[in-house]
Amino acid sequence: MEKVIEIQGLKKSFGKAAILTDMCLTVNRGENMVVLGKSGTGKSVTIKCIAGLLTPDEGSLKVFGKEVKEMDEDELKAMRHRIGFLFQGAALYDSMTVRENLAFPLKRVLKLKDKQEIESRSMEVLEAVGLADAIDKMPADLSGGMRKRMGLARTLVLKPEIILYDEPTTGLDTITSKEISHLILEMQERYQASAVIITHDMNCAKITGDRVMVMNGGRCEAEGTYEELENSNDPFIQSFFK
Amino acid sequence: MMPEQSRFSKTLFYIAEQAYFLKSFFRNAFKKGFEWEELFRQSYIIGYKSIGIVTLTGFILGIVLTLQSLPTLKEFGAVSYIPSMVSVSIIREIGPVIIALICAGKIASSIGAELGSMNVTEQIEAMEVSGANPVQYLVVTRILACTVMVPLLTIFADAMALIGGFIASKLSVGISMQLYFSKGLTILEYSDVLPAVIKTIFFGFTIGFVGCYKGFTANSGTASVGLAANSAVVNSSILIIIIDAIVVQISNSLFYS
Ligand SMILES: Nc1ncnc2c1ncn2[C@@H]1O[C@H](COP(=O)(O)OP(=O)(O)OP(=O)(O)O)[C@@H](O)[C@H]1O
Ligand SMILES: [Mg+2]
Repeated sequence: MEKVIEIQGLKKSFGKAAILTDMCLTVNRGENMVVLGKSGTGKSVTIKCIAGLLTPDEGSLKVFGKEVKEMDEDELKAMRHRIGFLFQGAALYDSMTVRENLAFPLKRVLKLKDKQEIESRSMEVLEAVGLADAIDKMPADLSGGMRKRMGLARTLVLKPEIILYDEPTTGLDTITSKEISHLILEMQERYQASAVIITHDMNCAKITGDRVMVMNGGRCEAEGTYEELENSNDPFIQSFFK
Repeated sequence: MMPEQSRFSKTLFYIAEQAYFLKSFFRNAFKKGFEWEELFRQSYIIGYKSIGIVTLTGFILGIVLTLQSLPTLKEFGAVSYIPSMVSVSIIREIGPVIIALICAGKIASSIGAELGSMNVTEQIEAMEVSGANPVQYLVVTRILACTVMVPLLTIFADAMALIGGFIASKLSVGISMQLYFSKGLTILEYSDVLPAVIKTIFFGFTIGFVGCYKGFTANSGTASVGLAANSAVVNSSILIIIIDAIVVQISNSLFYS
């Protein structure tokens, strides 16, 4: 099985605070990897390293078989074409309408010029997340759940091969959370996307996760299928499932 | 991001960071995929936002300068020098500096706040990770827009100041419009106008650069957005004064020695 993400012995500190101490993670092609962990253990930091937004201090981090820190600017850009990132706070461009938010990467990254094509690709993802009628709204006029889904739409519009979801369901009601979880599954099925899904939502983990990893203190504490971890005897791991 | 260290190494860190930011501006300014549309939009916004206050300031400046100097000039029987005095002092020094300081307050702060909040809410990272180029889209366009618009606003304000000066002179000593403007404009030489224009170009660049730098380096937390806006104004104002002093020195040694 092809490994799309391979992390070994990754370390990252900010000033004196060591956040990642010995992080390991592998994601195979087409697989959904769920990452659990307490707030502040460095989950977001890990996926920011994967996307090349943060540079790790030590360790190996390969995406599509290539070491990220050895990539030059063009390679990094090419890698980012193939990666989608859903930010914890959605990170919508708040000076642009929903339509412009979606057109922004299409015009600049895929260099699309044809208005018709931009429109049809935007509508496709908006329909997928159920936001088709919000296309002319400003991000400030969207509710929290709509913003999350909008962020998801913008991530998906480039049809990435790896999607990094940072808490896709946090702050949403149970019904919307379930919808988003199923959307994540659908992305996996429809586009054969691989994914890292950071979540505190055990329902989401159960629905989407092919494998689940528990992070603690900046490193991987345990890894396995949802059922394996659920039946673990370790009290720390147990605490996530209760 | 920044390790806790002495004041000295902190200062060095800031200088290095700014030099790096400057380098990345120049590198991205000449890359293909230049954002013309955004450049025009930013120029329009900057001009539109500042034109009111710049008009008012220029106009009042001309009036005040005239009314201030009239009594002294009268004393020496030199009232006829009013147009030339107003035009030289406005165009050489007062116009560029005052307008640049006003633009620092108006433009640098809004760029600092806008980019700062985009930074804090991870919008800049989102652009980067999608494969778009945030420096090209956000920084290059804003800095160039300032570099173009601040000189234009200054020229406009200078014109307003001359009009203000004329109105004040007309009302107090009854000078004719033709005489006022012919006297005011013929006195001007290259050595007055050229350094003034060049320095406003630097002022504009500084305003855009400091605003963008402060916004881009704002660290997380909403308080830092205010901080970014505030320090953008303070730092660009100080730099404007320093650049002004340097330009005066250089142009004096070029034209008057
Ligand atoms: N750019 C940065 N500069 C300094 N410190 C940072 C930076 N990014 C993250 N940190 C620190 O790293 C630690 C881990 O942050 P991270 O965002 O990865 O947590 P998390 O596991 O995602 O938690 P949560 O579930 O609350 O999102 C935090 O203590 C944070 O303060
Ligand atoms: Mg996080």
